[in-house]
Amino acid sequence: MDPTHEVEILLVEDNPTDIELTLRALTSRHLANQLFVCRDGAEAIDFFFGNAPNALRDIGVTPRVILLDLNLPKVDGLEVLRRLKGDERTRTIPVVVLTSSAEQPDIAAAYRLGANSYIVKPVDFEAFSRAVSDLGLYWLLVNRPPH
Amino acid sequence: MSPLRDWPIKRKLTAILLLISGLVLVLTSAAFVTYQVVTFRGTIQSHLATRSRILAANSTAALAFANEADATEILAALKYDPHMVAAALYNQDGRVLATYPVAATADLIPAAPQPDGYRFQGGRLVGSTPVAQGGKRLGTLYIASDTKDVSDALRLSGVIAIVVLAIAMLAAYALAAALQGRISAPILALAETATAVSTRQDYSVRAPKLGEDELGTLTDAFNQMLVRIEDQDRELRRYATELEQRVAERTQELQERHEAVRRNAAELLAANQELDAFAYSVSHDLRAPLRSIDGFSHVLLEDYAAQLDQAGRDSLQRVRAASQRMATLIDDLLKLARVTRAEMRTEVVDLSGMARDIVAELQRATPERHVEFAIAPGLEARGDPRLLRVALDNLLRNGWKYTAKQPRPQIEFASTNVNGERAFVVRDNGAGFDMKYADKLFGVFQRLHSAAEFEGTGVGLATVRRIITRHGGRIWAEGAVDRGATFYFTL
Ligand SMILES: Nc1ncnc2c1ncn2[C@@H]1O[C@H](COP(=O)(O)OP(=O)(O)O)[C@@H](O)[C@H]1O
Ligand SMILES: [Mg+2]
Repeated sequence: MDPTHEVEILLVEDNPTDIELTLRALTSRHLANQLFVCRDGAEAIDFFFGNAPNALRDIGVTPRVILLDLNLPKVDGLEVLRRLKGDERTRTIPVVVLTSSAEQPDIAAAYRLGANSYIVKPVDFEAFSRAVSDLGLYWLLVNRPPH
Repeated sequence: MSPLRDWPIKRKLTAILLLISGLVLVLTSAAFVTYQVVTFRGTIQSHLATRSRILAANSTAALAFANEADATEILAALKYDPHMVAAALYNQDGRVLATYPVAATADLIPAAPQPDGYRFQGGRLVGSTPVAQGGKRLGTLYIASDTKDVSDALRLSGVIAIVVLAIAMLAAYALAAALQGRISAPILALAETATAVSTRQDYSVRAPKLGEDELGTLTDAFNQMLVRIEDQDRELRRYATELEQRVAERTQELQERHEAVRRNAAELLAANQELDAFAYSVSHDLRAPLRSIDGFSHVLLEDYAAQLDQAGRDSLQRVRAASQRMATLIDDLLKLARVTRAEMRTEVVDLSGMARDIVAELQRATPERHVEFAIAPGLEARGDPRLLRVALDNLLRNGWKYTAKQPRPQIEFASTNVNGERAFVVRDNGAGFDMKYADKLFGVFQRLHSAAEFEGTGVGLATVRRIITRHGGRIWAEGAVDRGATFYFTL
């Protein structure tokens, strides 16, 4: 099987703990082996639009869902969201904002830019784990993409 | 010429004095002249009578003998008196025997003798005297004299009168001019002072006092009035200055206050922005490590449960509980911050309906609890619906929480009248609190019950108070231990 086909979830997250906890939550539902991680906003933009040695984009593979943190180094999450939703090729990919911020302006901005969902990361690990795995299941198994 | 009443007082006085003295002098002169003329007329009349009688006596012979030549000669002697105009001798029959002058015209000599006596007639003095001898009338002597002496005398006395009048008037004028000053000077001084006062607004001038008469009294009164006015003026000016100063001070004060308010507003804005930034970073940066703590405690419990004994597992559970509590604290603090920052949109809010919603929510979340609710219908108030909901939610939730150990819990939402003002009431029959600490209830993190008794963060009532304060209302509480608590608020 072509390894690139396995990229079904793109996680844009800088906090290693959160990456690990997300991974753990997805693993419990056997969704983790199709996960690819970008550690800042610039990397995420490169993944889709850059000329950098990134095979994924050239092959034309698109992830089934993007989990996007907002508070990112270099290019922040809202900017990444704006780029993704502003481009023909990436517009249809569902973006779930997964962030610590429960602040109203952030939520409003994210939806305005076209986020498909906004989830505040719970502090409680069980709740967090449930939220992440549920949304993984929903977007990967329940949701039907347009193509 | 200006009307008399507009004349300066000097001229008026002089004119009055001249008029009076002129009148007196004219009357006196007229009397003098009349007296002169009357006296003189009498004198010349008696002279003429005397002369006539002498002439008549001399003419008796000529008349008795009708001797015309003698008669003419006797009459001719009259030429030595230049005033004599004409004369005639009439005989017993009334015929003219002789005339003077000899060729006297008819208009000088009457044709028939006139009655005896003397009179002034046509600018002449004429008279007829009987010529008699031994009691027997022989004829009549007619004589006419001019009145030049009289008119001369009249002219002379007229001239004298006029000269005297002129001199007297001059003297009167001089005197009047000199003496009117006695009266007019104080009046003029008063007038001058009054003008100075009114034009220069100088109340310090005084009218000079020139005597002890009525004008002196007037001057005194006027000066006293000036003293009073000056005092009042000074007082007035002092007040005005004081007022000005006060206004200036007040203005300064207001400006300062305004400045302070502006500074405060700017500071407040800055503080708000800071709070925004703070809330943002709290919400972001404090939660992430908490999630790690909780998450990895969980990982430990899951993956290494076998290596841990019961005490180890308990400790990890406590770490998790603590981190979750901290997360709740952070959330509550954020709510409080949000309440402070939120923009207010005022509308009429159905508080009763809102309370019913909240109660329904509480019952749904904890269906095993049975609490008796009494919510008065139709309670309304003007305010921000979102904020009021947060406030009411906190109060009812507290009631719900603090009645947990009460066998028959009751919670009431109603309104009442406090000193004429409408207040809303949330009352329960729960754990209550000690009134000693009533003022602490509304402080952030202030709790009157331990976490073991009732859990909580102590932020709820602080949030409520902020909301009520933002609505311009007040909130206070009454309670007693184990006897329930009552919260009142106005909007
Ligand atoms: N209905 C009530 N009955 C008794 N005590 C109350 C009630 N409501 C509030 N209190 C007291 O006031 C304190 C502060 O309340 P609050 O700010 O809501 O904090 P929390 O409920 O999180 O403890 C509570 O800890 C409690 O001691
Ligand atoms: Mg509370």
